[in-house]
Amino acid sequence: MKTYSAVALFIVCLLLTVPILTGPALGRELTIMTHDSFSISASVLEDFKTAVGAEITILRSGDAGQALNKAILSKNNPMADLFFGVDNTFMGRALTNDLFIAYTPKGFEDINTTLLVDDEHRLIPVDFGDVCLNYDIKWFKAKQLAPPAGLEDLIRPEYKNLTVVQNPATSSPGLAFLLATISRFGENGYITFWQNLKANGVMVVNGWQESYWGQFTAASKGDRPIVVSYASSPAAEVFYAEQKPTTAPTGIVIGNRSAFRQIEFAGILKNSANTDLAKKAMDFLLSKAFQEDIPLQMFVFPANTKAMLPEVFLKHAKITDAPASLPADEINQNRDRWLREWTENLLR
Amino acid sequence: MKARSYTHPYVLAGLVPLVFFLVFYFYPLAGIFLRSFVPDFPAHFRIDLSFLNQIVESPRLHHIIWFTFWQAAVSTGLTLVFAFPCAFVMSHYQFKGKKFLTLCASIPFVLPAVVVAAALDASFGKDGWLGILNIRHPLVLILMAHVFYNFSVMLRILTSFWTGLRGNIQETAAMLGAGPFQVFIHVTLPLLMPAVWAASFLVFIFCFSSFGIILILGGPAYATIEAEIYRQAAHMFNLPVASFLSLLQIGFTLVLMGLYTAFSRKAVRFVPKAGQAKFKRPGKFMEKAAITGSFGFIILLCLFPLAALAGKSMVHEGQLSLIYYRAIFDNPSTSIFHIPPFTAIKFSFIFAGTALFIALVTGLCAALCLNHLDRIKAKNLAGFFDPLFMLPLSTSAVTLGFGIIITLDRPPLNLRSSILLVPLVHALVGFPFVLRAVLPALKSIPNNIREAASTLGAGPGNIFRCIDLPLISGALTAGAVFAFTISMGEFGATIFAAGPRTPTIPLAIYRFLGQPGAINYGQAMAISTLLMAITAAGFILIEKISSKGLQHF
Repeated sequence: MKTYSAVALFIVCLLLTVPILTGPALGRELTIMTHDSFSISASVLEDFKTAVGAEITILRSGDAGQALNKAILSKNNPMADLFFGVDNTFMGRALTNDLFIAYTPKGFEDINTTLLVDDEHRLIPVDFGDVCLNYDIKWFKAKQLAPPAGLEDLIRPEYKNLTVVQNPATSSPGLAFLLATISRFGENGYITFWQNLKANGVMVVNGWQESYWGQFTAASKGDRPIVVSYASSPAAEVFYAEQKPTTAPTGIVIGNRSAFRQIEFAGILKNSANTDLAKKAMDFLLSKAFQEDIPLQMFVFPANTKAMLPEVFLKHAKITDAPASLPADEINQNRDRWLREWTENLLR
Repeated sequence: MKARSYTHPYVLAGLVPLVFFLVFYFYPLAGIFLRSFVPDFPAHFRIDLSFLNQIVESPRLHHIIWFTFWQAAVSTGLTLVFAFPCAFVMSHYQFKGKKFLTLCASIPFVLPAVVVAAALDASFGKDGWLGILNIRHPLVLILMAHVFYNFSVMLRILTSFWTGLRGNIQETAAMLGAGPFQVFIHVTLPLLMPAVWAASFLVFIFCFSSFGIILILGGPAYATIEAEIYRQAAHMFNLPVASFLSLLQIGFTLVLMGLYTAFSRKAVRFVPKAGQAKFKRPGKFMEKAAITGSFGFIILLCLFPLAALAGKSMVHEGQLSLIYYRAIFDNPSTSIFHIPPFTAIKFSFIFAGTALFIALVTGLCAALCLNHLDRIKAKNLAGFFDPLFMLPLSTSAVTLGFGIIITLDRPPLNLRSSILLVPLVHALVGFPFVLRAVLPALKSIPNNIREAASTLGAGPGNIFRCIDLPLISGALTAGAVFAFTISMGEFGATIFAAGPRTPTIPLAIYRFLGQPGAINYGQAMAISTLLMAITAAGFILIEKISSKGLQHF
């Protein structure tokens, strides 16, 4: 009896699977490989399909590092036509592995020129965000303490045991923050800074989620009022609040080169069978339609200077005037060593 | 005995799991290892071992390897210590709320690590319901989470075996003058050992390759080999070191399982009584105390954190509210990645159902074949395949995932981005559970029953249907429950293969946790609560389907 019901259950499962397997396969298809944080609104995706003239499949392939590694492994027989989401910390790895072909999309001239890094146009900037310290405004008010003004404040005694950061070896904002300190204090000074930070009770967790949802006073029951996050996080706090507050509950520290600019690029994968479609898709990624969709979907800033920002961004998110930065070559050459040095000094 | 002139159907059945493994496990792994160690292949065959220096010279790696071992051993010991008395109670007594307790104990297994961390925090953390305990040390949290996770594995396997064990032998021993303690030490315990070992090895391997829990609760100061593989492969893209560590993990599991297989053959065999085991109603004070004790423990360990989690999802700004449950149906940013709850539930069930079926069929085939090989004295063959079949449990997901990308990339097996990949990978991990649950049960059926049936004219098919199947139905149910649970909670393979059209519940949880804003966190808790409820419903469904197995739990 139960054998039959088990078989029946299986057949039901199979039948339910059929519509997935035989999805719309008519016409051509463009596949975009990207990371977990990619998002797009339904209506813009429709415009995207029309602009490209094909079905669009979005392949989210793990976090930014993992997605890129998957693209490298499948280089000779790519799983997608276009890759979205290489950032400037991983850019060197992408370029040394010769993943992309050069293409100058329409709208290239509207890109914020400070974001242009690859002279050969294999990787085109699509958006950017600043990784920086966020703090709990209410907490600092209650303690009548001024929030930190820059990185160097973190090692002052009044900020002892207040900061939580992410492990740069497992977290992308964590890596960006490490790079900010290297840019700010230099090759020779950054380890001293981190040693002082450790002496001042910095807490290190593995990922952004654990730091924000587990330790940050503004978002959890933790006891750390300073966290490494994005300059746009306060805007997200307002956007996702039940009763929209007039001011954000969190503040950001971006003065004195204390924020690191993460630039996200897209490129056409070599050996793609649909290069013509991928070119149209690159054009669309820089179009106003897509660029204006970016802020509320991914909570980063559009690369296109002509794109209008949504109100919640204009009010609550700031673009850093003088972000910290490092040349992609330098990052690529030294990333492993920096991570090793950091690990040895902080986790021993 | 006449010469074996035909191949027994059970031997042929063994081909099913073998092919399954060759294609979806060994082939991808071989691909990634080749790529890592022989980088210029096929142009030149030059084995590059220069990476070995990095391993030899890193004290950090040595520390990680050592930590991996001892935390797994301690976690397994603790789980056994806690689960053993509860299994005794569960297998001997009938009392109100028994089914509910088993259900509570099984749910943690399905929750993603982030949610387990939140659940432990909600009950034992600073402001938790049991905040006085204020458990904050990462090591204590890791061990607690491992017990929390694996308690049900131990409990289910022990209970299902123990229930079958009870009966005449113990009574005979008692009649011959043995005290309860002597009966336990000299009769029950030796008979129980195969199940104790089977469950302990499963739990050990599970803790040995623990990943999410270590990453989240342990923080950067603690890492297992599995966590280090992830770091090396996903972030450093250091394939040789990642592959070497994966091999180490696989090698260790092989050794361990080899030992286990050799050991378990020496175990005493006993006929479990099928079906109608009689449960006592508690009478004496001690019996009542034992039941209350296990009740209390399971409630404290399992129900408490789960309830605290559910509580969290229903409190908004200090007041009871269903706001987060309403919010999961909204999509304020109109993202195509918004996951409507019912769609996620549907696909979770489809994937878990398919994975369960694949794992059950392949697992049963493997168990029948191994058991048969053992009986026809082909012990070496059985001893070779048995450990092999356990490997998916301790194989790094990231390594296997990379392997699949570079090997299963062409039709007819272009599975890299296929939706079928999800249930297949889930089944691969669920399979060892089915095998480990079913094999001890099969082995304990004495061959003379089958031989008697055979003499009376029953063919292999009949023997299977009328003898083996009824006797192992309880174990089969236990295996099915685990296969189902693993699939319900799995995240790593799912996010890779399941596109926006086929989301699952864990994907929804991670989506909400990925963005700031209180409402996102609340929604993640709400969906986690939903996941618990749905898994419970799944368990009930599975046990209804195998109505015989119901009595065992």
